[in-house]
Amino acid sequence: MRAAVVVFPGSNCDRDLAVAFEQAGFQVEMVWHKDAALPKGVDIVGVPGGFSYGDYLRCGAIAAQSPICKAVVEHTEKGGYAIGICNGFQILTETGILPGALLRNANLKYICRTVGLKVETADSAFTEGYEAGSVIQIPIAHHDGNYFADDETLAALRDQDRIAFTYTENPNGSRGDIAGILSANRRVLGMMPHPERAADAGHGGTDGAALFRALAGVLTPA
Amino acid sequence: MKARVHVMLKNGVLDPQGEAVRHALGAMGFDKVEGVRQGKVIDLELAEGATESDVAEMCEKLLANTVIERYEIEML
Repeated sequence: MRAAVVVFPGSNCDRDLAVAFEQAGFQVEMVWHKDAALPKGVDIVGVPGGFSYGDYLRCGAIAAQSPICKAVVEHTEKGGYAIGICNGFQILTETGILPGALLRNANLKYICRTVGLKVETADSAFTEGYEAGSVIQIPIAHHDGNYFADDETLAALRDQDRIAFTYTENPNGSRGDIAGILSANRRVLGMMPHPERAADAGHGGTDGAALFRALAGVLTPA
Repeated sequence: MKARVHVMLKNGVLDPQGEAVRHALGAMGFDKVEGVRQGKVIDLELAEGATESDVAEMCEKLLANTVIERYEIEML
């Protein structure tokens, strides 16, 4: 199975994400933001964390208009898998692939620490390696991770079981303690915490590895 | 030809930066400030013939995120 990791000017978690995919058994190709197409036959696209285009205008706003993001939108519209982490989540909301937006943290601080995440649903390729209701430890590192969506959108996310992770102690003011959400077809995950930074014993925690292992299991051709 | 775009967070969307400014003003003794909302102003230099609806399209597609922000256009 093959993964593509998008690299924007200012991405800084691209290589970590590539390593996490590789350790789960993926063959990984890095894709530059100016490329207009994804490599053929890619099973999943990773949109990594960082500060794409310096976070100018709004986090993820410029990246969302880049040539490669048009290809990512087409990939997801065709039912392709994608994961956006941190800045990648912000980019996926800016493209409209995922609903809502990420606002400045309520306490205005950049927060960089490991937090508890409750797995809200195990019903996705990303989360089926976890037990629903279990709590995992994953690092966050963001200034704009305060998830916002209007009441109607929040209700739809709840009703359709599309909230993937919530914070056990809300660090940033996110509505509904939301840390990660799924697309309507459950094939796109956006999350502010960094599972790729908890995917190797050297990271000090390995709770994120199950996400990549589960993906590898689902995407392996039978 | 110029246009000025004002982008503000929608009412009901928490503005922690505006709130921090309000606190600072209060601490400085400006005790008549009841609320602060912070936004941005974007000035566009436009070629002849550009219309307000062109600018509105720019706002919808890039300059504002209409999930959380509203915008106003001034043609100058």
